[in-house]
Amino acid sequence: MTAIDAPEARQATPEFEALALRQERRRGFLLALPAWIYLFLFFAIPFGIVVVYSFATRTSRGGVALSAWNLASYERLGEDIVRNVLVRSLGLALLTTVICLVAAYPFAYYMTTRSTRVRNLMLVFVMIPFWTNFLVRNYAWRLILAEDGPWNTTVDTLGIDSVTGWILDLPSWIAPDVLVGWMADVPEPLFTKLAVVLGLVYSFLPFMILPLYASIERIDSSLFEASRDLYASARQSFLRVLLPLSMPGVVAGSILVFVPSLGAYVTPDILGGGKEVLLGSYIVTQFGTARNFPFGASLSVVLMIVMLTATIGYFRSGGRNL
Amino acid sequence: MTDSVRTQTSQRVLGLHAVFVYVFFYAPILILVVFSFSGDRLVGRWGGFTFDWYGEFLDNEQLTAFHDGAIWTSLKVAAVSTVIAVVLGTLAALSLERFRFRGQRVFDALLYLPIIIPDVTMGIMMLIFFSEAITFADTYLGFEFAKGLKTVVISHIAFNISFVSVVVRARLAGMDSRLEEAAMDLYATRWQTFAHVTFPQILPGVLGGALLALTLSLDDVVVTQFAAGPGATTLPVFVFSLIRRGVTPMINAVSVVMLVASLLLIALMLLADGLRSVADKSS
Repeated sequence: MTAIDAPEARQATPEFEALALRQERRRGFLLALPAWIYLFLFFAIPFGIVVVYSFATRTSRGGVALSAWNLASYERLGEDIVRNVLVRSLGLALLTTVICLVAAYPFAYYMTTRSTRVRNLMLVFVMIPFWTNFLVRNYAWRLILAEDGPWNTTVDTLGIDSVTGWILDLPSWIAPDVLVGWMADVPEPLFTKLAVVLGLVYSFLPFMILPLYASIERIDSSLFEASRDLYASARQSFLRVLLPLSMPGVVAGSILVFVPSLGAYVTPDILGGGKEVLLGSYIVTQFGTARNFPFGASLSVVLMIVMLTATIGYFRSGGRNL
Repeated sequence: MTDSVRTQTSQRVLGLHAVFVYVFFYAPILILVVFSFSGDRLVGRWGGFTFDWYGEFLDNEQLTAFHDGAIWTSLKVAAVSTVIAVVLGTLAALSLERFRFRGQRVFDALLYLPIIIPDVTMGIMMLIFFSEAITFADTYLGFEFAKGLKTVVISHIAFNISFVSVVVRARLAGMDSRLEEAAMDLYATRWQTFAHVTFPQILPGVLGGALLALTLSLDDVVVTQFAAGPGATTLPVFVFSLIRRGVTPMINAVSVVMLVASLLLIALMLLADGLRSVADKSS
């Protein structure tokens, strides 16, 4: 009886339902409102100002004139110096991504072949470095690679200078010309491109392992076994079954490593000695010593466009579900 | 026969690779801890066991002074920004997971941006925004303010809201919404449903989000550097400038302290995770 007396039950008409729906919408909107307002004020507006700045003109005193809108800052992107910075940053971010992928794939695959208990333990020990202070982790490499540090001491004691020298020289064989120029004649491992790549790999490797593991773990292992039963070689099984099925993880992991590597600022500064040659520090310079806000803003916009494109790709690949 | 031998060998190679990955992850951290006890004036050279650098760290007024030392500044910023971000982020997560409203998709996208934006870009945004806001307030609103602790807190909240909401949303998505429906069918009001059903269920997610926000706030260098004014130097900003100016072994000691703080937060996080699985089992 009571249920029938309830006002909701009596008024379950189309009008009432529409009203309830409207109320429900308003409740949702009101809940979201504080965060809406906050992000609008302190994220969307700053975002917009950077875009506006990128079309402004630098005054002779290093200020910003908004009156004359133009594309001058974007035209500068074609200059040799700027193009070199962009190509170099892209190259380094790409190299970092490839190294992470090659190192993470077998690791993630191995994880999926272990028991649940071991898996969870392995996961926790991948997460710990990922949560550990970023600055400290990069600084640790600075200490290791320092002139009198553990790396050089070990190399000297073992007398393997020629071997490590050859390894340090390796990127110059595979990297494009702009990279080589920066890498030439560096006697110490610290403050080289390789040190920067090492630091980036160290910082972002968990970003590659986690989505790869998630996507390999989902693959029905009987598919892989079936291919082996049907006389596919290990290589064939990997290339034709495992790899295509784990592609969402590969794409997601690559984007998660590539984007922060491209915009990296702290790692190149600590391990690359702050030479103003990578995109992140180049942008910062525009707001510091160079005092060219519009140009710095246009570089930031370029970085944002790359990032947004990559993120859309990430969602398309189903990365959000990983 | 040969096949199983081959499988065994490949498993062994993969296992060895995994060991190598873990050594790569943890050896640098261990080396750092060891060298924080080294007596030599050069950061990377061993010179006998000593606690001197920890002593120097404790004596450093800029770091440890009560109220305005870098450590206190960091803790204050992290605490305030976490509390506000947790409230706003949780509300946002609830609205997105449990309601349909106009502008939802735009809100969702806006909420994702602070997560994916490179921190240099976010830093630049804050730098320009606050300088424009200061001019605007001075000319049109007739009050003056300068960059300081408040602007740092504002910028940290801006990125933390998003991270909190992602964590809480994941928790809400995994929660059975029939529980809430059942409560409301049994005449619980919306508020009662939230207080007695929804909130206890998502609490582990809220705690997880709060710990993530704390970690990110305590970690941040780049955004803070651009949003901060004089007198608002956080610990990471201070350490970053020390590293740039030239390395003294005291940095090793400070780094180890930061490392221990990170590990404590991780331990808490694993504990919150344990709570989550306990909560899942009991429901």
